[in-house]
Amino acid sequence: MLEMKGIRKAFGPIKVLHGVDLDVRAGEVHALLGENGAGKSTMMKILSGIISADEGTISIDGTPRNFANYNQAIEAGIGIVFQEFSLIPYLNAIENIFLGREMRNRFGLLDRAGMRAKASEVLGRLGVDVPLDQPIAKLSVASQQFVEIAKALTLDARILVLDEPTATLTPGEVEHLFKVMRDLRARGVALVFISHHLEEIFEICDRITVLRDGEYVGTSETAQIDTDRLVEMMVGRRIEQNFPTKPERSGMPEVVVRAKEIRLRKAGPVSSFTLRKGEILGFAGLVGSGRTETALSIMGAYPAATVDVEINGNPKTPSNPTEALARGIGLLPESRKEQGLITPFSIAQNVSLNNYAKYRTLGLFLDLRAETKHTQKVMDDVRVKAPGPHAACDTLSGGNQQKVVIARWLNHNTPILIFDEPTRGIDVGAKAEIYHLMRKLTEDGFSIIMISSELPEIVGMADRVCVFRSGAIVATLDGAEISAETVMTNATTGELKYVA
Amino acid sequence: MSHESTASPVASLGTAIASRIRHSPLILPLVGLALVSIAMAFASQNFFTVDNILNILRQQSIIGILAIGMTFVILTGGIDLSVGAVMALCGTIGAGLMVNMGLPGAVGLLGIIGVGVLFGLFNGFLVAWGRMPAIIVTLATMLVARGLGLVYSGGYPISGLPGWISWFGTGRISGIPVPVIIMVILYALAWVILQRTSFGRHVYAIGGNETAAQLSGVNVKRVKLLVFMISGFTSAMAAIVLTGRLMSGQPGAGVAFELDAIAMVVLGGAAISGGRGLILGTLIGAVLLGIINNGLNLMGINPYLQDVIKGLIILLAIYIGREWR
Repeated sequence: MLEMKGIRKAFGPIKVLHGVDLDVRAGEVHALLGENGAGKSTMMKILSGIISADEGTISIDGTPRNFANYNQAIEAGIGIVFQEFSLIPYLNAIENIFLGREMRNRFGLLDRAGMRAKASEVLGRLGVDVPLDQPIAKLSVASQQFVEIAKALTLDARILVLDEPTATLTPGEVEHLFKVMRDLRARGVALVFISHHLEEIFEICDRITVLRDGEYVGTSETAQIDTDRLVEMMVGRRIEQNFPTKPERSGMPEVVVRAKEIRLRKAGPVSSFTLRKGEILGFAGLVGSGRTETALSIMGAYPAATVDVEINGNPKTPSNPTEALARGIGLLPESRKEQGLITPFSIAQNVSLNNYAKYRTLGLFLDLRAETKHTQKVMDDVRVKAPGPHAACDTLSGGNQQKVVIARWLNHNTPILIFDEPTRGIDVGAKAEIYHLMRKLTEDGFSIIMISSELPEIVGMADRVCVFRSGAIVATLDGAEISAETVMTNATTGELKYVA
Repeated sequence: MSHESTASPVASLGTAIASRIRHSPLILPLVGLALVSIAMAFASQNFFTVDNILNILRQQSIIGILAIGMTFVILTGGIDLSVGAVMALCGTIGAGLMVNMGLPGAVGLLGIIGVGVLFGLFNGFLVAWGRMPAIIVTLATMLVARGLGLVYSGGYPISGLPGWISWFGTGRISGIPVPVIIMVILYALAWVILQRTSFGRHVYAIGGNETAAQLSGVNVKRVKLLVFMISGFTSAMAAIVLTGRLMSGQPGAGVAFELDAIAMVVLGGAAISGGRGLILGTLIGAVLLGIINNGLNLMGINPYLQDVIKGLIILLAIYIGREWR
C-alpha cells in the first residue's frame, strides 16, 4: 500500500538517510525500529511532507506521490500521531478534532451538533470513552492520544503513523491502545508503529524494518526473528572510533556520589547508583529514558519525586544548582546554547560566571586583569581556538563553545562533573579532543557522569555504565560487560525495579 | 593563539579599535545624540548655551534617576512599571513623616528611602518567588503604590516641609544643579555595580540566558530580588529630588514617568528582552529625550504635536537599532 524507496536526505553536509526503503501493507502493523538518530523521525517527516527527500520515491497504491506539505499528505490519506501532540490544550476534543476544517451549517455558523455527532461516532468506533467537553489539557495522556488518532481517522487516514505512542502510557492504557490498533488493522488500515520497547513490538507488529545510522538494515516478519537478532541489527558492526585507552582500575576508589534512591515520578521505578573518584560513569539509554532527569535531580535542578543522594559522605541532597555548585558539582548541559552559555558574553565572562570570588579586589570589585589572565590559562588547558579571552561566544564553533563550558568548571575546580551529551553537534576532530580532555580530567581526580545517546561513545569512554529504561536504571555494567549489545539489550528489555 | 595573528600589530590594533567602536552598543545612541544636537543648534541659537544644557539635564534628572533602576530590571529581562507611582508614594510618606508627625528631616529622608526599597523588595519577591511575570506584577503594584499614597494623604499634597529640603531640588554647587549631581553620582555608582562587580555580571547573565545562569549556579532569585530593590531605591532618590523641587509630597506626581524611563533605556541601546545594554547608554538616552523635549519647546511646537513627534522619533530609533546588533 505504501512504498518508500531509496530515500536519501542530507541536512547541509550531514547525511541522515542513505537510501532507506520502507513498504507497508494494508492491514498490517509495521514496526520502524532503530536507536536514537537512526533516521526514523526523518523518514516519517518525509512521508508527511514536512520535509522533502533529496532522492527516492514515495508511492501509495502503486501511484508515485510527492508531497510538498503536510496538507497534501493528509489528503493522500496519511495520518501521523506525533510524539509531541499537536493538540491545542485549551480547546476540547471536538474543537481539536475539527480544528481548521470546522463543519458549518447553512448560515455559515459552526455546525456544533454535526461535529459532536461525528466526533462521538469516531471515538465510539475506537471503543474509547473520552469526555468531549473538557479542555484537552485536563484529559489523561492516553485520552489525548486517542483524540489524536480520532483526528487522523476523521481525515480518512488509511496510513496511520504512531510515533512512540506508548512512551507515556500506563500498561493498561497500552493494552487499550493495542486493541484499537488491532481493530484498525482489521479494517485494512496500514499502521507504522515506532517504539523502543521490543516486547511491545513482538506483541503487536507483523513486520519490522530496522534502520541504523540512516542506513536501511533490513525488514523481517516478526515471527521469524528474536530479540538477539534484532539488537544485533540495530547495533551492527561499527567503524571503531579513536577513544583514549581506558586506564587500569585497581581497588575501589572512594565514592563521591552515592544516589541511594531516585524516583523521578511518584510511584515510578527506582534507581540507585554510585560514582567513584576518578571514573567516567556512563548514563546510557534511549531518549526519554530518564538519564538527564536523574543526573539533574542529584544537583537539585529537576523536581524528582524522591531524591536521596549523599555527596562526599554528606547525606544532604542539594536543593538547587547554587548549592550543588558549593558542594562541587558542575553541569555541562545537553544544549549549549539554551542551557550552558550566555552567548552574548565573552569567553572570559562565561568562564568566570559562577566563580567571581576568585577575581575580587577589596572583596567587592572584579579584577578584570586577573580574569583575563585566568581565562587565557584555562583556554590553553582545554585548547579553545579563539582570537582571545574577550571573543564573543556566539562567534565560536560548537566544539569550541563546548570547551568554553568545560573551561568554566575547570576554572571552578568542581570535582564532580555531569556531561550531558558532551559531543553532540561537534565535528570528529573536536570530539577526539573532548574525549582526551575527559580522560585527563579523571586522571587529575575529577569524577564524571557522562550522559550519551551515542553507543560507541558509551562503550569507548565509560568505565562503568548505568543503563536506563522508562525512567530508571535497569542495569549497571562494569568493565568487560560493556558492549554495544549488552547496553542495547538492557535499554530495550531491561527490568524495572519499583522498590529501593 | 597570538602566534597565529598575521597582520602587523599596529594595523590589527587599529582594526580592533575600529571594530570595538563599530560594535559598541553606545555608537547608535551617540550618533543619535549628535544628530539631534546639531539639528537643535541650527533650529535655535539658544540651544548650545551652558544654561540651556544644564537646564535640560536638570529637567531630565528625576526620570533619568528612575531610568537607572529600570536599566537594572530590564537587563535581567524584566520591567518595572511601578517606578513613577512608587516615587510619588515615597515623597508623600516622607513629607508626611516630616510635616504631619513632626519627625526630623533626616528621618524623613530615611523614610523615603525605606519605603522605596521595601516596595522594591515586595515587587522582587512577587516576581522571583511568586514566579509571576514582572509586567503584570508591577502593573498591579503600580496601582497599589498610587492608591496607598492617595489614601495616606487624603488626595492632597502635603506641604510645609523644612526649607533645606529644597536644596535637593533647586540647589546648586558651583553653579551645577544638585539634581544633576545626584543623577551623575548615581549613574557612576550604577556603572561600577554593573561593570565591576559579580552581581552586575549576574544581572547581564540572567537577561542573556536565565536557564544557563541558573544551571551554572547563579542565584537567580536573589539577583532578581536585588534588581527590583535597586529600582525601588532609585525611585526613592527620584522622590527626594522631586520633593525638594516641589517642596511638598505630591501623591499624584510621576504619572507615566515609567514610560519615559523605559524609553530612555531603550533609546540608550538596551535590549528590552534583557542581557544587552549599558548604563551609559541609558544616560545618553535620558539626555537625548531631554534634548528632543527641549528643542521642540524652543521651536514653539504645539505640545500635543510634540508627543506625536517624540513617539515617532522613538520608533525610528528602535527601528534603526533593530538590525544593528
